[in-house]
Amino acid sequence: MTMNRSRWLKVILYAILVLYGMITVVPFAWALSASFKPLSEIIAGGVNFIPEHFTLDNYNKIFIQSPLFGRWLFNSVLVAVWVTGLNLLFNSMAGYALARMRFPGNRLWFFIILAVLMVPGQITLIPSYLILKYLGWLNSYQGLIVPTVVNATFIFMMRQFFINFPNELEEAAQLDGLSRWETFVQIVLPLAKPALAAQAIFIFMGSWNNFLMPLIILSDQDLFTLPLGLNTFKGQYISYWNYIMAASMVFTLPALAIYAFFNRYFIQGVTFTGSK
Amino acid sequence: MLQEVWKKKGVREAVASYLFMAPTIIVMGIFLIIPIVYAIFLSFNRVRVLGDLSYKWSGLNNFIRIAGDERVWIALQNTAEYVAIVVPIQTVLALILALVLNSQIKGKNWFRIIFFLPTVTSSAVLTLIFMWIYNRNGLLNNFLDFLHLPTYNWLGDPAVALKSIMLMNIWSTAPFFMVIYLAALQDIPISLYEAATIDGASGWEKFFYITLPLLKPVTFFIVAMGVIGTFQLFDQSYIFSGGSGGPNNSTLTVVLLIYQYAFKSLDMGYAAALALMLAGVIMLATLVQRTFFKEN
Repeated sequence: MTMNRSRWLKVILYAILVLYGMITVVPFAWALSASFKPLSEIIAGGVNFIPEHFTLDNYNKIFIQSPLFGRWLFNSVLVAVWVTGLNLLFNSMAGYALARMRFPGNRLWFFIILAVLMVPGQITLIPSYLILKYLGWLNSYQGLIVPTVVNATFIFMMRQFFINFPNELEEAAQLDGLSRWETFVQIVLPLAKPALAAQAIFIFMGSWNNFLMPLIILSDQDLFTLPLGLNTFKGQYISYWNYIMAASMVFTLPALAIYAFFNRYFIQGVTFTGSK
Repeated sequence: MLQEVWKKKGVREAVASYLFMAPTIIVMGIFLIIPIVYAIFLSFNRVRVLGDLSYKWSGLNNFIRIAGDERVWIALQNTAEYVAIVVPIQTVLALILALVLNSQIKGKNWFRIIFFLPTVTSSAVLTLIFMWIYNRNGLLNNFLDFLHLPTYNWLGDPAVALKSIMLMNIWSTAPFFMVIYLAALQDIPISLYEAATIDGASGWEKFFYITLPLLKPVTFFIVAMGVIGTFQLFDQSYIFSGGSGGPNNSTLTVVLLIYQYAFKSLDMGYAAALALMLAGVIMLATLVQRTFFKEN
């Protein structure tokens, strides 16, 4: 009797998992399939997931015939790499100072960072735009990069990480005559790799996917990042869903590849967000 | 003299600390702290952006104007409807998926990896994929037709357009909260369940008397994050409607409205006032939830 019940329960659980798995995968599969179909097949409106006339023309078209597409890809990579690298360094530096160093204002800065966490980004949107305009940074890489090179959430995360860090290593390093900076770079950072990995992924994805900031800062199509480019692309090729889906797929694959390799750190990062 | 000060360990440490803090202090100062003060200043002014930037003090005019602005009310109404439908559904869905993944069955890690996929995909891409699926003779309508269910004009019908975005949003955010729930479920000590089993509790009783109460803090966090996220909805409605909030204002959100006033009408003082109002509404909503969760 109980055997039977637990077997039924298992069937139901698997049914839920498989059903929801399909709900998750079908939109991606449908988009991928459209990216390999010719326009005629798109217009005909069939529901076949495997293209009847398989073609790579759509990818060819977006890379070769619209030269800006490669440029947008390059811009997105450039901005995301800089933003991620600088965030890792600066957030760790601030987190380390707040956790480990004694200085006047330590508590005050920590409090400010906590307070800033609660302020919705929309408030700073317009003033940031005006400040960037004043600096002459509208329509530039630095306008996109510099305002996002530190992040209150991850400074907080790094502080929590360093507070639980064993003291002995740093004391030994100081006895060896290493300065604070040398200790930080040579001893502390290498040991912080797991925290850095979770942070790197979130910041990279955030920058890679950001839509609103590029939208207001950039007007020159040469400087567009992919989300913005994709939106422009959609405007140009309104019912050419085969092109739009091919472009979407090119944009999605790098993120999916990163996720496939580092999904452990994604989960760690989310879990941290939930437990703060 | 200076050298003597420098030799003191405390002074050296303080200087080193501020060097460590310098990037944060500079960037946060210029792009976060000054902007907050600046936003408050802007909201009390009429701002001219074209040509030379100029301000004209206008007192509470911007805030008074909000009360009489029909589009603000439409946006708030859309947002409220959005919050009321999306937040409960995505929270319950996240909990159900987490419970299933927390059970002792094989292959659950693979399912977790798959479920999480929408969370790592950009909102721009997801919106385009869903617009393609929502097409007049697209996949969803074909499927509904196959089941002999009514089909809809998902993108063009003002009565449906916002629901289309809601559906997409639930699909893409529930997995994120699922992971948070899953971590919380794994933190519940097994001994509690074992003790309950000895006392003869059924599976449902364990769920209602052990699991749910222990998940309350996480649920508060998830609901609060969900509300904040839905209040800040922008990308999806912008791409969906080409920036207009249409058809017929049905996908207009508060942030989209702020964007339109600030960067299309160049009415930045008024837009700043709207942004402050949004922040106020979000904080109020969080406070209300906190008291609600404490009382129960």
